[in-house]
Amino acid sequence: MWLIVYGIISSVILALYAVGFSLTYGVSGLPNFAHGALYILGGYVVWNLMNAAGLSMVAAAPLTVVACALLGFGLYWGLLLRVRGIPLSELVVTFAAGVALLELLTWSGFYGIRYSLPVFWDESFEIFGVVIDAQRIMVVATGVALVILLHLFVRHTRTGLAFRGLAQNERTALSVGIEADWIGSLAVAMGSGLAAVAAVVVLPLGMMEATIGYEVLIYALAVAIVGGLESTTGMILASFIIGFAQTAAARYIGPKWMIIVPLAAIVLVLVVRPSGLLGKFKELEERV
Amino acid sequence: MAEAEVKFRKRRLDRAIKARTDTVFVIASPGDILYVLAPRVLPMALLMILPLVLSGYHGKVVVHACVVGLLALSWELLASCGLFSLGQSLFFGVGAYLAGAMDKYLHLPIWVTIPVATLGGGALCALLLAPVVRLRGVYFAMVTLMLPILFKQIIEAWGILGGTHGLSGLTPFPNEWLDKYLIIVAFIAVLFGLRSLITSDYGLVLKAIADDDRAVMSAGINIYSRKVQALFIAGSVASFAGAFITHHYQFAGFSVFALDWAILPLAAAAVGGTGSFAGAALGSMILVPLSEGLRAMGGLRMAIYCGILVFAVLALPEGIFRFLERKYQEFETVIEVK
Repeated sequence: MWLIVYGIISSVILALYAVGFSLTYGVSGLPNFAHGALYILGGYVVWNLMNAAGLSMVAAAPLTVVACALLGFGLYWGLLLRVRGIPLSELVVTFAAGVALLELLTWSGFYGIRYSLPVFWDESFEIFGVVIDAQRIMVVATGVALVILLHLFVRHTRTGLAFRGLAQNERTALSVGIEADWIGSLAVAMGSGLAAVAAVVVLPLGMMEATIGYEVLIYALAVAIVGGLESTTGMILASFIIGFAQTAAARYIGPKWMIIVPLAAIVLVLVVRPSGLLGKFKELEERV
Repeated sequence: MAEAEVKFRKRRLDRAIKARTDTVFVIASPGDILYVLAPRVLPMALLMILPLVLSGYHGKVVVHACVVGLLALSWELLASCGLFSLGQSLFFGVGAYLAGAMDKYLHLPIWVTIPVATLGGGALCALLLAPVVRLRGVYFAMVTLMLPILFKQIIEAWGILGGTHGLSGLTPFPNEWLDKYLIIVAFIAVLFGLRSLITSDYGLVLKAIADDDRAVMSAGINIYSRKVQALFIAGSVASFAGAFITHHYQFAGFSVFALDWAILPLAAAAVGGTGSFAGAALGSMILVPLSEGLRAMGGLRMAIYCGILVFAVLALPEGIFRFLERKYQEFETVIEVK
C-alpha cells in the first residue's frame, strides 16, 4: 500500500516537472531548456515575496506564476526570436540562459536550510493505513487538475489548437492565420508559468537550492523522451512508469538505485520504441 | 535623406588563387605556396613556441586551451555528422576516470593508461550512446546532457571510484616538457587529422548523414554504424583529453563531469564558427585565455560562459574563423563612385 500511495505521489511530481516542458516542446515545438532554471526561480521568487516583501503564500504564489510566465515571454522575444527555426540554436540559447540563471542563483547564495517554504496546510491523514500529509495530497490534486486542464486547453480552445498547429507545420499554421511569434511566445510563457506552479506546490516538501534546477530539467527530459513528446497520455504514462520504478527501487533495493531508473527507462524505451511509448507523428521526421 | 551622396564604396574581389578554384588550390608560384601555407603553419608554430616563452601559470593556460580545444574538435566532429552533443563532459569524464582507475587500482604505467583510456573511453562512450544514435537533433542532445549529470550522481551516491573525494595521488608525467608538448602535439595532430578525415570519402558520408540521413540510407549505407564510428572517434579524442588532465593534475574527481567541460567547448565552437574544425580550435584559443582572466569571478564564471555562448549564437552566427577566412581570401579596396 505504501508503495502505491508514494508511487502515485512521486509520479505526479514527475508529471508536474514535465508538464510545462511538454507544453512548450511537445505541443508547440520550442525546446525550452531553461525549464529547470525557471522552476527553481519560481521557488526563489516565492521565498523572497514571502520573506522580504512579507506576503502570504496565497498572495505570493499567483504573483510568482505570473512573474515566471512574463520571464518566459521575455525569453522568447529577447532571445529565441532571433534563432527561430534553427532547432539546435534554440536549444543552445535556452540551455545557456537557463544555466546562467542557475549559476547566478547559486552565486547569490541560494542554498541552505534558510530557504524553505512553508506548506499550505499542515495536517496529515491516514489513507489505507498510510500516513500522508496534506501538502502531498495537494500536489496530487494540482497535478491531476493541471493535466486535465491542459488536455482540454490544447484540444478545445483556439489558442491551444494554434499551439499544436505550430508544432505540426509552421508554414501551414502561418497560412491559416496563426501568428507564429505570438503563439510561440505564449507557449513559452505558459510553459514557464507551469514550471512556477510546479515549484510552488512541490518545493514546500523539501529544501530549495539552485542545483535542483538541473534535476528538474533531467526528469522533465526523461519523461518527455520515454513518453513521446507530443502525447499528453504518453507523458502521464511515462511519469508513472518512472515514478513507480523509482519508488520501488528506493524501497526494495536501496535509495542509491533511484538514479539509475530514468536512464534505464530511456535506454529500454529507445531500444524498443524509438519514438517514445505513445509518440506518433514526429517519428519519421525528427527521431529515427 | 534617402539620397545621401555616396562618394566612395568598398570593392571586394576574390584573390586570384581563390578565384581559380574554390577549395583545391593550384600552386602557380612560390608566393602561392606561402599564401596557402602561412595560415596553417604560422599559428601552429606559434603554439609550439608558446610553452618555451611562457612559464608557470601562463604555461598552464596553454595546456588548458589545448584540452578545451580537443573537446571542441570532438564536438565539431559529432556536429558534422548530425549528432549535437551537450555532453562533452561525458567523454571527458569517462577518459579521466578510466585513466585514474587504471593508475590507482592497477598501478599501470602512464604509457599504458593514456592510450588504453583513450581507446577504451571512445569504445565505452560509443557503447553507451549506441542505443541513442537512432535519435537526432534535440533528442540526442537531451540524452547527452543527462548522461554526465547522472554519472556524477552515481559516483556521488554509490561512493565508487573514490566517491566524493575522487582519486588522488596519481602518477604525474615524468617531466614537465613531455606534459606540455604531449597535449600540444596531440591538439595539432587531431586538428589536421580531423580536417583531412572530413574531406575524405569516409568523412563525406558523415557529412551527408547530417545533411540528409534518408538519402544516405537509400544509398545502402548503414547510418547507425557510421554514427557509432563517429562517436568512437570523437569519444576517443575527448577521452584522451580527460586521461591527460587526470595525469596532469594527478587527480580525477567528479568535477570532470561538471557542466564547465560541456559548455566551454560548445562556446568555443560557437565563437570560432561551427562547421569548421579550425573554427573550433581558434575559438578555444580565444576563449580559454579569456576565461582564465575571469577566474577571479569565481562562481559567476559559468554564468559568463553562458552569456558568451548566447552572444556568439545570436550575434556571430558565422563565427570568427569564417570571417577571417573570407577576409584573407579577398581584396578589399575603397574606390570612388563615379
